[in-house]
Amino acid sequence: MGLTQLAFYVFAAVAVGSGVLVILARNPVHSVLWLILAFFSSAGLMVLLGAEFIAMLLVIVYVGAVAVLFLFVVMMLDVDFAELKRGLADYLPVGALVGLVLLVELSLVLGHWALAGAAPESREAVFAIEEGVANTPALGAILYDKYLYMFQAAGLILLVAMIGAIVLTLRHRPNVKRQDVLTQIYRGRDVELKDVEPGQGV
Amino acid sequence: MNSDFALVVPEILMAAGAMLLLMVGAYGGEERQRNLITWASAGLMALVAAIVATRGGAEATAFGGAFVDDGFARFTKVLILTSSALMLVIGKEYLERRGILRFEYPILIVLATLGMMMMVSSGGLIALYMGLELQSLSLYVVAAFNRDSARSTEAGLKYFVLGALSSGMLLYGASLVYGYSGSTSFSAIAEVIADDGVSLGLTFGLVFICAGLAFKISAVPFHMWTPDVYEGAPTPVTAFFATAPKVAAGALFARALYDGFGNAVADWQQILVFISIASMFLGSIAAIGQSNLKRLLAYSSIGHMGFALVGLAAGTQAGAESLLTYLVIYVIMNIGTFAFILSMERDGKPVVQISDLAGLAETRPAQALALGVLMFSLAGIPPMVGFFAKFFVFKAAVDAGLAPLAVAGAVASVIGAYYYLNIVRVMYLSQAERPLEIRTNLIGQGALGLSALVMAAGWLPIFDGFGLPEMAAAAAQSLLR
Amino acid sequence: MYTAILLLPLAGAVIAGFFHRFTGEKFAMYLTTGILFFCAILSWIAFLSGHGEHGDTVTLFTWIASGDLAVDWAIRVDTLTHVMLVVVTSVSSLVHLYSIGYMDEDDAKPRFFAYLSFFTFAMLALVTGDNLLQIFFGWEGVGVASYLLIGFWFKKASANAAAIKAFVVNRVGDFGFLLGLFMVFWLVGSIELDDVFAAAPALAEQTVGFLGMELNAAETIATLLFIGAMGKSAQLFLHTWLPDAMEGPTPVSALIHAATMVTAGVFLVCRMSPVMEYAPDALFLVTVVGASTAFFAATVGLVQNDIKRVIAYSTCSQLGYMFAAAGVGAYEAAMFHLFTHAFFKALLFLGAGSVIHAMHHEQDMRKMGGLKAKIPVTYAMMLAGTLAITGVGVPLLTILSTPIGFAGFLSKDVIVETTFAAHSSAGMYAFWLLVASACMTSFYSWRLIFMTFHGETRADHHTYDHAHESPNVMMIPLYVLAAGAVLAGMFWYPEFVGHHEGAFWGPSIFNSADNHVLHDAHDVPVWVKVSPFIAMLVGLGTAWLMYIRAPHLPAELAERHQPLYQFLLNKWYFDEIYDFLLVRPAKWIGYTLWKKGDGGTIDGIINGIAFSIIPRLTRFAGRVQSGFVFHYAFAMLIGVSLLITWFAISGGAH
Repeated sequence: MGLTQLAFYVFAAVAVGSGVLVILARNPVHSVLWLILAFFSSAGLMVLLGAEFIAMLLVIVYVGAVAVLFLFVVMMLDVDFAELKRGLADYLPVGALVGLVLLVELSLVLGHWALAGAAPESREAVFAIEEGVANTPALGAILYDKYLYMFQAAGLILLVAMIGAIVLTLRHRPNVKRQDVLTQIYRGRDVELKDVEPGQGV
Repeated sequence: MNSDFALVVPEILMAAGAMLLLMVGAYGGEERQRNLITWASAGLMALVAAIVATRGGAEATAFGGAFVDDGFARFTKVLILTSSALMLVIGKEYLERRGILRFEYPILIVLATLGMMMMVSSGGLIALYMGLELQSLSLYVVAAFNRDSARSTEAGLKYFVLGALSSGMLLYGASLVYGYSGSTSFSAIAEVIADDGVSLGLTFGLVFICAGLAFKISAVPFHMWTPDVYEGAPTPVTAFFATAPKVAAGALFARALYDGFGNAVADWQQILVFISIASMFLGSIAAIGQSNLKRLLAYSSIGHMGFALVGLAAGTQAGAESLLTYLVIYVIMNIGTFAFILSMERDGKPVVQISDLAGLAETRPAQALALGVLMFSLAGIPPMVGFFAKFFVFKAAVDAGLAPLAVAGAVASVIGAYYYLNIVRVMYLSQAERPLEIRTNLIGQGALGLSALVMAAGWLPIFDGFGLPEMAAAAAQSLLR
Repeated sequence: MYTAILLLPLAGAVIAGFFHRFTGEKFAMYLTTGILFFCAILSWIAFLSGHGEHGDTVTLFTWIASGDLAVDWAIRVDTLTHVMLVVVTSVSSLVHLYSIGYMDEDDAKPRFFAYLSFFTFAMLALVTGDNLLQIFFGWEGVGVASYLLIGFWFKKASANAAAIKAFVVNRVGDFGFLLGLFMVFWLVGSIELDDVFAAAPALAEQTVGFLGMELNAAETIATLLFIGAMGKSAQLFLHTWLPDAMEGPTPVSALIHAATMVTAGVFLVCRMSPVMEYAPDALFLVTVVGASTAFFAATVGLVQNDIKRVIAYSTCSQLGYMFAAAGVGAYEAAMFHLFTHAFFKALLFLGAGSVIHAMHHEQDMRKMGGLKAKIPVTYAMMLAGTLAITGVGVPLLTILSTPIGFAGFLSKDVIVETTFAAHSSAGMYAFWLLVASACMTSFYSWRLIFMTFHGETRADHHTYDHAHESPNVMMIPLYVLAAGAVLAGMFWYPEFVGHHEGAFWGPSIFNSADNHVLHDAHDVPVWVKVSPFIAMLVGLGTAWLMYIRAPHLPAELAERHQPLYQFLLNKWYFDEIYDFLLVRPAKWIGYTLWKKGDGGTIDGIINGIAFSIIPRLTRFAGRVQSGFVFHYAFAMLIGVSLLITWFAISGGAH
């Protein structure tokens, strides 16, 4: 067993194990922390595959941004997860049954797995990376050229997400006093400064 | 590359238009601009529809096969664009009066429509997913658009969560298919199936993909979101949900199955038979117990999608043709029905209960007649045009050897006729209350009257079906390669 | 021209029926009447100008083209058509005119005239038909029109019942017609009359298997078609509807139940003569049924008291004469009697209508009498009709090879003679029955006259005092018909059955090589020739004795022969037997199926589904729609796993 293989099994085992613990952890903060560990292990797997850019993305975006955001949300909202999970026991038997059925059937697929004759070839055709070109530039070349259409579409999806976030949450409260710099700059002579005594008002 | 861009001009116009209008809205001061933006959005969609409609030409692909432009795509795009534009305009009054029309709404509709256009033009699984997500995300937002209403927010959230689940299923299926075939493009998948046949993995992938698509078309058992979302979302949004996205999802279904899995008809036929029978019966049966008009129409749309899928299940060109015909007729009926619901109110409150319609025949005879015609048509009672929609899908199914499916459909439509006719009964036989007020613009009333007229008289030989059968046939032809 | 004759009445019916609101009811009445007169004139022109030749077939349009079945809507132009056209349009136009007066007080005049015109159209379609399907169309058309007209006063329960009865009894016959039609198409592959006629000799050689029996094709077809004819022409066993049909307005009785529709059966048999000639057994049946009907109806007619019912049974009886003639191969004689009968029977009906009109819709002869003084013109007309129907003439005398006498004398005597001349067992059977019937015909006809017009009046004073002659619009048709009743026989005797008959009929009636019964009829013994006349005299004498000389006799006779009297009065108990054998079992079956079958089983299942299962399912669907997202998600997962499991087990399509 080479070092690479050993590393793969370690990362894989940690990823799966921490994934399970995300669900099972009683404390939601712990869940998120387990999630971060799962991300890290996945990043390790990516490195082993030679996809260092994806690995870095995982660490930076998911761990650095998404997971931390989750952490904040979980801590700030103070969701009672115990309450959420209360019905779990009632649904567990049926849920487990369905899960088991799915699992058995999907493993059936795994057992029968066969590739179509042309599959490896067409897979190669998409990732025809020239020798000596690093991972990141190659990805960029594909993303901005061959997959431009998808890339732009993804951009639009993000735009919608942004609009949605704003539209659903942004509120202009009428009685909130805000500083308006422009008004201050364009102040004319007609505006006078008054010295207001504390406790008396204007 | 240039020719690639030339092919997606309509989509570029939509995207650029949406962003321009967003700028106008963001910097132009909302109060004044939202009317302008609504009309501009509708105009934009109408313009793009005109462009798409006038573009001829053979089938062409762009961006390495990710984008397909053919007769089928153009046909459905025109349908999607026009119904989106109409629904936007018809629903505007309603939102405005309730103070929930904001400038983002038309823009989100434009973006959702853009997503639908990408869906029906998708040439592969990735493009399919991108279009689907663009559409869905916009729809999640507009479902929750009335953010001060708990029901609307709940609707958006439910839709979002379940939509995410369905997207997960779709992606899982896509990855299975990719794993087997080594490609995400429909043409390559079709080739692989032709050469190597169907493996169990591919079949499972197909099931998951179908599950994901069935969610979008709200087919049983992936329909559960529909009644809650239809009821919770603001009515114009519901109206929108009932029209363009259904067309897009149905067309996408056909696109994926015919283009990508055209050589595995026997496999997906079984899936479709199952979900179409389930949809038809659930749509018919569950609707009976409803007293809320929007919920009722949700079940109605579930049932109708079941009928539409009967045509798809046939797996033949006639099947695709009948699906398209069904979608067109369905959309027209729904535009009329929602135009009615949007236009009626009592004491400033929208009409949502069936009992609100009591005695409408006395107080508003013209509107009652129009709605009655639409109900008859939705129920599929001859000689209304809705009957022919059903007739064509059943005929396609019978010709494809699926006679039991057609029989099941006929039974379901008989059961379903009950609740449509119940509405007519309430309007005509119940005691009149105070008359409903009509609050709508000319387009709303026109849409109601026109759709009722088309449904009542469209079958007459002199109209020759408005050329619909020929156009649907041409579109279906281009789908089958 | 033929197209105009056929279609104008339809146009009239449509205008009168649907547009009378715009045109006014006067206009509707005059329009339909005018159209019919126009058609009648055209028909007479056609009749008088085209003898003998088998003219063109006027094809109007292709009606049905389906597989092997290609049917044109075409008018067959030959003498048979001409004769029927004349009869139909003449009587119809006169009845239209008459109705203007008779229906004066009715508030649904346009409807009545629309029905009348529609009936005329259907009847014309029947008689002009060039193929069996077109004849069948007309056949059903007159059935519908008859239903509508009998039930015209639909507020009267008895009229409704009579209309339904007429329709249902006719259905039995129509079913026979339809079977015959199917069989023709099956065996010949065409229902064009020319094709059928050409195939007739071959059909006579063919047999068809049915329930293990080998049946001759021509015989079977002829019999089936005759069953159709029996229904329409109210022959024995299917006659029960005709007397009841008298519930309709009297002009309807004159038009439909005397002159036109009921003769359709006779017409059909004559029209199908090329087939009939190859079916001797069927002809045997035609003769026997015809003669039996003539006798039966005459016996019943003896004791009826309703003036219209007497004439109705008389019609039934006269139709029997026609069938008897057709059955022995004398189609010409049958058509001749049809032709003359149309005049005097329509005359009698319209005259009766005039009497009824005068008596304020009183139809019971026991409440009449002595009307001769009150309505002398009507009396004269009725007398002419009676002289015609009873067959008054000068026996054995022929001038210009034409016997001298009223129309019925000539046509009826020819029939009686032909039955004798047939020299067959059926012929002899028919001969004796017909002579006996002639006697009874004379009796009941004169009884009608005597009871209505002679003696002391039995009407109440008010009615009697106010009895008055009908307006001119009603009387003119009577004059015209009376002229026909007196002269039509003598005028057309040579053409119809005399020396010119061959040239007159041309190929429209087919006689097989060994059929010269009409020719033989001129050479029958003298006692045969005078027998109907003597029978008539006997009948007249008896009637005079019983109703003028000794008016107390009938009651005594009835008292003494109570069973016979009741038997006749109750029309041989046909209605009661049918009621017992058919109507009640049918009602019982219907009721059982309705209550147990339909109500219990079908409605039970449907209602069970509709009112218990579906609401349950609906509630279930409502419960599943709980509002919880995880339920929804779970439903999706279950759906996916169901589908996957299905594919895992079945292996998909492989």
